[in-house]
Amino acid sequence: MPFEALVAGCLAYVALMFGVAFAADRAAGRGKVRWLDHPVVYTLSLSVYCSAWTFYGAVGYASRSGLEFATIYLGPTIVFAGAWWGLRRLVRVARMHHVTSIADLISARFGKSNRLAGLVTLIVVVAATPYVALQLQSVSLSFEVFATDGLSDIRVAGMQGTALWVAAGLALFTIIFGTRNLAADERHHGVVTAIALEAVVKILAFLALGIFVVWGLADGPADMVDRIHRTATDPENRGWLLQPDRWTALILVSGAAVIALPRMFQVLVVEAADEDRLATAGWAFPAYLFAMSLFVLPIAVMGRDVLPADANPDLYVLTLPAQSGQNWLAFLVFLGGFSAATSMVVVCTIAVSTMISNHWLTPLWLTLRRRPQSGDPEDLRGFVLNARRLAILAMMAVSWTYYQASGGTAALASMGLVAFTGMAQVMPAMLGGLLWRGANRQGAYAGVGTGSLLWMLMIFLPSLGIDGLLPVPPEVDPLAFAILLSLAVNTLAFIALSIFGMPDPVERLQGLSFVSAVDPIRHSRVARGVDQAEPLLVMARRVWGAEDALRFFQTEAALQGKSGYLPDLTPGFLTRLERRLAGSIGSATAHAMIDSVAGGVKLTVSDLMQVADEAQRAKEETQRLENATAELARTARQLHEANDKLTALSVQKDAFLGQISHELRTPMTSVRAFSEILKNPTLTPEERSRFAGIIHDEAGRLTRLLDDLLDLSVLESGQARLSVMPVTLHDLIDRALTAASATRPERHFRVERDPLAEYVGIITDADRLLQVLINVISNARKYCDAEHPVLIIRVIRVLQGGAQIDIADNGSGIEPARQALIFEKFARLNDPARAGGAGLGLAICKEIMANLGGEITYLPGQGGAAFRVVLPRRPPVPSDAGWRHRA
Amino acid sequence: MPDRPLFLERASFRRRRLGDAARVMPVLALLLVLVPVWWMPERISSAGGAIWLFGLWAALIVAIWMLHRTLRRADATTLRASRAITDPRPDDHAV
Repeated sequence: MPFEALVAGCLAYVALMFGVAFAADRAAGRGKVRWLDHPVVYTLSLSVYCSAWTFYGAVGYASRSGLEFATIYLGPTIVFAGAWWGLRRLVRVARMHHVTSIADLISARFGKSNRLAGLVTLIVVVAATPYVALQLQSVSLSFEVFATDGLSDIRVAGMQGTALWVAAGLALFTIIFGTRNLAADERHHGVVTAIALEAVVKILAFLALGIFVVWGLADGPADMVDRIHRTATDPENRGWLLQPDRWTALILVSGAAVIALPRMFQVLVVEAADEDRLATAGWAFPAYLFAMSLFVLPIAVMGRDVLPADANPDLYVLTLPAQSGQNWLAFLVFLGGFSAATSMVVVCTIAVSTMISNHWLTPLWLTLRRRPQSGDPEDLRGFVLNARRLAILAMMAVSWTYYQASGGTAALASMGLVAFTGMAQVMPAMLGGLLWRGANRQGAYAGVGTGSLLWMLMIFLPSLGIDGLLPVPPEVDPLAFAILLSLAVNTLAFIALSIFGMPDPVERLQGLSFVSAVDPIRHSRVARGVDQAEPLLVMARRVWGAEDALRFFQTEAALQGKSGYLPDLTPGFLTRLERRLAGSIGSATAHAMIDSVAGGVKLTVSDLMQVADEAQRAKEETQRLENATAELARTARQLHEANDKLTALSVQKDAFLGQISHELRTPMTSVRAFSEILKNPTLTPEERSRFAGIIHDEAGRLTRLLDDLLDLSVLESGQARLSVMPVTLHDLIDRALTAASATRPERHFRVERDPLAEYVGIITDADRLLQVLINVISNARKYCDAEHPVLIIRVIRVLQGGAQIDIADNGSGIEPARQALIFEKFARLNDPARAGGAGLGLAICKEIMANLGGEITYLPGQGGAAFRVVLPRRPPVPSDAGWRHRA
Repeated sequence: MPDRPLFLERASFRRRRLGDAARVMPVLALLLVLVPVWWMPERISSAGGAIWLFGLWAALIVAIWMLHRTLRRADATTLRASRAITDPRPDDHAV
């Protein structure tokens, strides 16, 4: 392929990436983040794990060491198998604290210590620089492959500049899309969308090449397996034999790297909108890695079979299609490799520059400028952004220099492993910090310090050719030994120092928040320092710019119910402000800045205890409120019921008044009418006596009604006179049945009784009790609507003395809604005409029974209307008050 | 923890056990990947070993996918149930 065409294609591809990033940033700016936030975009952005090392190096690795290359992808697969509880929790905690990088996470966990963040940043920079250099080298190498035929002098000159041009272009891209603003959440939609697109190009290119190799160059999968078998069993290929110690160590390290590498932490945690997308990424990212690895072994074997022995295995992916004359496929693969390299460089540079500016440059600048600032309020924001741009340029420049100096000879795989093992040294402190509240800063210093020192001596410096600093036993693999030793010493130092150290209060507070994945508990640390929010607003303006700062302060003021821009300095507000600031400049710096503005009162252990007390009190208060609420709900229900009853009674009473007027009026009318008639002198004596009889009857009815009312009022006032005597219930029931048979005598009732059980002797007022029984039995005769009416009377002797009488019929009973009302004074069931009374019967019964020391209740669910009369063995002795009242 | 109920209803109980499965998953994956290589490195280094490894890998991905799908459904169910308890109004927009 002509060199010019290649350059033109490359430039077009780069222009496409700029366009996509620009469009995504604009869409995000307009708030259209729905598809930008899609889990698929997130998963694809994770594929930044597959850098040029994967794309070119994996085949080289496989051709040297066989299946061992797969460890680099199996480690992440195992980590993502635990995505549901592990990574989701990490993302949740990190989002909660607005963490901006892995150094920031560790610093925030261990008491917002900037020195610790600085140390981690140092390791990151040392580990990442060769790695970025490696990407530049791979792009440059891939250019060389395409231009091997007929090199002119101009081309050679252009080739040597490739790495420089690529570095410059990537720096430009990163500065444009990576440092646009200093948002409170460090998300870069443009960058993420562009690398998601590059991920698609990567996988398509690799799969296309794999399919070409298996079905184009080989004769399908069976032939491929045959070739792999031949290569694997070739005695010259001792490297293909798996070594269990290397296998384990590499899986361990790559599992750590997929979280701890700066670029991976950036896309996995910082760019994640929330932790839910990990449900998809949990299987989709391993699937991506699987697809990227599937054809690695076939390509490696085919490269060994087809290409000359001196061909660079790291470039098989390009030379294979180029040798076979598949120029377009080769170009696609080239673009894939280019994508892999550029996406890695961009994200890695963003992550590292954020760390450098947040943990090195900004704290340094703040320390140097301790005097009060009265100048441009925008200065800090501008400074931080410029610091990041500077860091990006510096990172690029150092990487390019490294590439130039190293001469680009080292095998790709070993340089990738250097970075992996370096970042793995951060893992013990990070895991421990997330899982163990006892982990403390001294432990983190010790672990990260010793681990990275060992890494430096045993892995990093040897990779530069400085060997033999530490003796390695000859019979073990040096890399596996170095990895396992450094991680073991790291972890032990971390645990030991944590056990013997004592964390400061801020650290303990942060530890609780990180390990329990709960919001940091608010404490009243700064409220004492200043009493107004204005200095804080000025400070926030310096970081976010005027508009954003004002918006945040206004929202906070509105939350407190205040208008304007100055909220009260509540602990909640200060905590939120600090965390938002931490999202821009790192937690340690944010903490220090708020301290410096708000007086810097130190948090003490007693404050901590107070926080715990407050939390406990708040919990108790919540519990108490819940109880009170439940109590209120109960009372409300009771009141509601009472109200319903009162309303129903009021309606009944109105009806009763109408009824009683009617009841009184009807006999009155007849009395008047017949008296009128009696005045007529022409009446015969028979007529006269008949009319007089009617008048007499009607007057009797009136009297009975009035008697009832009087009776009721006497009973209610407790002034009823009881004539107490011993009686047998059997006799009383006999008499009641006889008396009640006068009611609707046309109905024949079958009465079921148990006469023997009825011989219960009690002491009571026989007439009053008889009145109750007659009333209940008459009611049954009146209202029982069964075709063959049956009356069941059961007498049960009560153990404590006394008896209960159940009287039930087989009618339809009383509907539940009315059961509560039947014993009320003015209640009457059904229509007045059928009842023929004023509805006082059961009310009188209830009062009588109360006077007799017993009760009458309605028994629901007996198949008809049923009443239970409960009698004591003897009536209660009236109180003195009652006697005096009567006297 | 006195606030936690001693016994759970069926859906919540299922959800907790699925959570346990999600914890076991990475440990199981690690063992499946490590043990055979320690046990018989020669056989795993061959073409048959490669086929076995990639088959295991694919099965693992499918297992994670199924587990996550079940977990999400269980989460949605418990969420709906808890919403129904705390908020009796019908909520059609519930996840």
